[in-house]
Amino acid sequence: MPRWGMVIDLDRCTGCGACMAACHQENNLAAVGMQQTRDESRAFHWLRLMPEVSGSAPNVKLRFLPQPCFHCDNPPCVRVCPVHATYLGEDGIVGQIYARCIGCRYCMAACPYSAKVFNWYRPIWPGESRRKANPDVSRRPDGVVEKCTFCHHRIMRAKEAARAEGRPLQDGDVTTACAEICPARAITFGDLDDETSRVRELSHSPRAFRLLHDLGTRPKVYYLADKE
Amino acid sequence: MSLAMTESRQPGPPQFEDQDLVRSIEESGVRFRVTSTLLLLVILGCWVLFSRQILYGLGVTGLNQPVSWGFYIVNFVFFIGISHAGTLISAILRLSKAEWRRPITRMAEVITVVVLAIGAFHPVLDLGRPERMFNIFTSGRLQSPLLWDVSSISAYFMASTVYLFIPMIPDIAFLRDRGVRPRWFYTFLAWGWQGTPRQHAVLERAIGIMMVLVIPIAVSVHTVISYIFAMTLQPGWHSTIFGPYFVVGAIFSGIAALLVVMIALRKIFHLERYLQEIHFSHLSKLLLVMALLWFYFTFSEYLTAFFGNEPTEMRVFFYKFTGAYAPFYWGMVVCNLVIPVLILSFKKTRRIPGILIASITVVIGMWLERLNIVVPSLANPRLPYPTGFYVPSLVEWGMFVGAIGTFILGFVIFGRLFPLISIWEIREGREKAVAETTKRVKSYLPIVATPRGSGGQEGGDRNEETA
Repeated sequence: MPRWGMVIDLDRCTGCGACMAACHQENNLAAVGMQQTRDESRAFHWLRLMPEVSGSAPNVKLRFLPQPCFHCDNPPCVRVCPVHATYLGEDGIVGQIYARCIGCRYCMAACPYSAKVFNWYRPIWPGESRRKANPDVSRRPDGVVEKCTFCHHRIMRAKEAARAEGRPLQDGDVTTACAEICPARAITFGDLDDETSRVRELSHSPRAFRLLHDLGTRPKVYYLADKE
Repeated sequence: MSLAMTESRQPGPPQFEDQDLVRSIEESGVRFRVTSTLLLLVILGCWVLFSRQILYGLGVTGLNQPVSWGFYIVNFVFFIGISHAGTLISAILRLSKAEWRRPITRMAEVITVVVLAIGAFHPVLDLGRPERMFNIFTSGRLQSPLLWDVSSISAYFMASTVYLFIPMIPDIAFLRDRGVRPRWFYTFLAWGWQGTPRQHAVLERAIGIMMVLVIPIAVSVHTVISYIFAMTLQPGWHSTIFGPYFVVGAIFSGIAALLVVMIALRKIFHLERYLQEIHFSHLSKLLLVMALLWFYFTFSEYLTAFFGNEPTEMRVFFYKFTGAYAPFYWGMVVCNLVIPVLILSFKKTRRIPGILIASITVVIGMWLERLNIVVPSLANPRLPYPTGFYVPSLVEWGMFVGAIGTFILGFVIFGRLFPLISIWEIREGREKAVAETTKRVKSYLPIVATPRGSGGQEGGDRNEETA
């Protein structure tokens, strides 16, 4: 079984936000609108671009952290779900069953990364976006929690393609929408257990670190940055 | 229980001294109808407000991305906390044979049942998809603290309902025998009570079992509620003392609510003969002890956070001490510690008006405490980027008002149907307890130092008692 993971090179990231846009397109994220996002603090993204300012004037450094769900190997959100609506799959992906979620938001409260989002209102897809929705990804109803799936549908599609060709899944067969769009090639996606994969090599780099890994959640998203 | 005892229990107008206790049931009239209609209108209005949430979803609340729990969860914890008034206090007082409990226990038990029903309903209001609530039973996972809650609260609700009902049976039978209408209702609920010695023995035994059973269940309820928070990794929540801290807070707010209810009902139903200064004085001393105990826990909780000085913990800490939640935090300290301790420490102010003020501030303070626990931790998550402020919406305020209205309505209806003070226990106190207590106190005294033979009688009595 593969163990899917991601490596994000912060020194490459320009903060252009293409990953967020691609994620919205790919995963049929509802549009919550300006008013909800700004005034009610209900920004609705599976992948957030978090600005991080460090240092003090005049040596201020700004960098961006693209932040998807970290798909922890020891996920705090899964442990608290009362109805098994969020679970850790065999391939290391933390999934969310929208049809079973009761919307108690306990997983949101328990996630140290605040990676989960909630459909406060009935989701809307303005204009053409409803007709052009990705048919591989289900649209979510209101009142459920949702989150990044590591583009699970792409993994399924790649598996099917590989099976049709009668070969095992190879590194590079699957990539997420955010990794595919990134103009700076900052995001790498792949199997962390595959000895030959690029993502494994990068995750073992001395530049690699994980966010809040001291909590013991064992996240599967690595960041690369030059140590100072 | 002697036969003569039960004989005297038979109702009869000449020796019935407790007319005050059944007046609200037998002579209810316009006042009941007006109050209950008004309360029903208020509650109905709140549900009309709430229909917006049913139509449009949880978006109509003030909840947002980091602060995903708000008033509904605060009120859930608060109301379930109040419920500890009841059963726990009444069970402890019964168990410790505190004779002054007699006019208090019934009210305490009613508070528990009413408030527990209200509190347990709050998480349902909070669900994004309440119609899927039964997924908890069909595909529940025992691993989740929410499921511990469901089990614990339903056990507590059952136990406290039974514990309220069993000591009511003789009173219901009494009302049945007085011919209070609807007769079928009291006949059904009296369960064929005739007041025979055997029935009395069974009743006493059932009360004895329930009062012992209810204490661990009550303690487990608020412990498990604290676990909802303590089991997560969030700063400000992940604390080992949360269990006892919540239980202490719950009993604290429970006693305060009980005192408020007692003072209100005393005034409304003219129960001055039954609820005297001494009852309030005793109960308010208990409140004072709980205030100090609450402060001890709060002090330990925040001092450890402050001394450890972990950055994430400190963000929550300063959010409460000097930040956006400072008014609520310091308001809580004033309401829960300063005012009650100042009022209740001195005999001069420890009178009914003072006790009423202290109890009301404690109820408010404990509500603020729940708010201070739920919101600041959510507003300051570990990753500092998404922070938020929570302002409850009209719908949430409406449901808060509705919950309080339901609480009052519960008492109005209960007071219309059943005596708010246990008639048979008061009578038992009059007829039996004085002698029993004298005997008990005598048994504590040192054995009279007389030569064997002449003083044997007294010593024999004592041994019987301790065995």
